[in-house]
Amino acid sequence: MSIADKACVTGIGETAYVRGSPKSALELQMAAARRAAEDAGISPHDIDGVIPIGVVSGIAEDFIDNFGITDLRFSALIPHGGASPTMALQSATALVAAGICNHVLIAFGRNVSAAASKAGARIHQMPQFHYVTEFEYPLGNCAPAQIYAPMAMRHMQLYGTTVEHFGEVAVACREHALLNDNAIMKKPITLEDHRNSRLIAEPFRLLDCSLESDGGAAVIVSAAERAKDLRHRRVFISGVAVGHPDSPAAITQRPDMTSLGLGKAAPRAFRMAGVTPADIQVAEIYDCFTYAVIRQLEDMGFCAKGEGGPFVADGRLRLGGALPTNTHGGLLSQAHIWGLNHIVELVRQLRGHGGRAQVPGAELGLVTGYGDLGDGAIAIMRRE
Amino acid sequence: MSELVPKPVPVPSAVALPYWEGLQRGEFCVQRCAACGTLRHYPRLLCRECFSDAVDWQAISGEGHIHSYTVAHYAYHPGFAAELPYTLVTIELTVGLRALGRWLGAEVPQIGAPVRMVLVPGEPYPTLSFAPA
Ligand SMILES: [Zn+2]
Repeated sequence: MSIADKACVTGIGETAYVRGSPKSALELQMAAARRAAEDAGISPHDIDGVIPIGVVSGIAEDFIDNFGITDLRFSALIPHGGASPTMALQSATALVAAGICNHVLIAFGRNVSAAASKAGARIHQMPQFHYVTEFEYPLGNCAPAQIYAPMAMRHMQLYGTTVEHFGEVAVACREHALLNDNAIMKKPITLEDHRNSRLIAEPFRLLDCSLESDGGAAVIVSAAERAKDLRHRRVFISGVAVGHPDSPAAITQRPDMTSLGLGKAAPRAFRMAGVTPADIQVAEIYDCFTYAVIRQLEDMGFCAKGEGGPFVADGRLRLGGALPTNTHGGLLSQAHIWGLNHIVELVRQLRGHGGRAQVPGAELGLVTGYGDLGDGAIAIMRRE
Repeated sequence: MSELVPKPVPVPSAVALPYWEGLQRGEFCVQRCAACGTLRHYPRLLCRECFSDAVDWQAISGEGHIHSYTVAHYAYHPGFAAELPYTLVTIELTVGLRALGRWLGAEVPQIGAPVRMVLVPGEPYPTLSFAPA
């Protein structure tokens, strides 16, 4: 049985994205979840599956308690960082396709921008980073920027990827953030601004790095038959897949340091959806770092391995380019909501509700997730 | 002014304790599967070739070449602030494993360049480091 087109994203919800929210992660998660149910046109009582994202905010019991859910039939946690939201789409699709659930809530909230819990300290609480914590942290390999940098450095050396290529990704995301009222970054940047931003962990500069931000986002995944009666035009999940890199807990030990889990997932998702990269009209690609976007484009087959740099040049990722990408501003310039904001934006685009950042006539698009040290996920969606 | 914050100290896991004890003796020790001889690093419970949990530990030379690197210009832990900028090198060891270490070379690392291991004295463990061969 294929699960292609058996599920639809029927509801989307977001809070304001800010630095320094007075609200707790759980409050933000609940607020977004309530908005997603309202957007779908269902009562929170009707939610019968829940996949809370991360382990930093709520668990299933919180949703049962606060929403008065009387018949929750499924819950799970997916511990793969920024890949978790798109991985959760796969679980939710399978759940509704199998008839286990009708409406699955995927919700996330975070409040991390307070100084005491920056990424350099936070990841060492997480079990998937245990090799890094034991063997690399004491050497000074503390935070994702440093841990991922050798992948990008090797890509530059092997394939000739340049600072300007990274800058193209940063500039595209920023241009799109300027069209989005719910984006944290408000100032235009140029390739020169990118090049002149201070070095963080070579080759990464400040403008290669995503934001630390607070907020909540949520989506409702419903059985395609149920979705017919709900508020919005249906957006189908046509292809969805997950993949893990070799040596998933240590990039140092990965046989090909420039490989990612997405390279295994993407062919499965495209096959399931029956489309090719050339068919994709809008892409929301997990952008923890500019390099990650370039590498994922290669893994998805938009170009050959090593050609991701030239591929993004000349504004291809900007609105009006051949592959408008991160039309909300991404983690680089909208907010870092673990990529659940990318799923929300893809649905918005496919509904035709993209506002000033709308890709004209967008009917088919994709979203990716990238977690921890390279776990990957992809969902290809199409509108009815 | 600059307040001295200690760097994070390794907290050895049970499975990796012989690695850390080896460093204190001046050796880079890796796991060798007692059943099939396959070397592995970072230390883990099972051999992924034969699934045996029987292990001998073997000291290796620490020779290899540079696979990649980064230069840190920002301290994500205050204990490293005084050392900025510092360079981390990923080494392809000649025995077919990888290691991450501090770079002691005066020049920017060149991918593919041969290196030798240097254990820089430290408490409670030496710092795994590499220098041009
Ligand atoms: Zn073995």
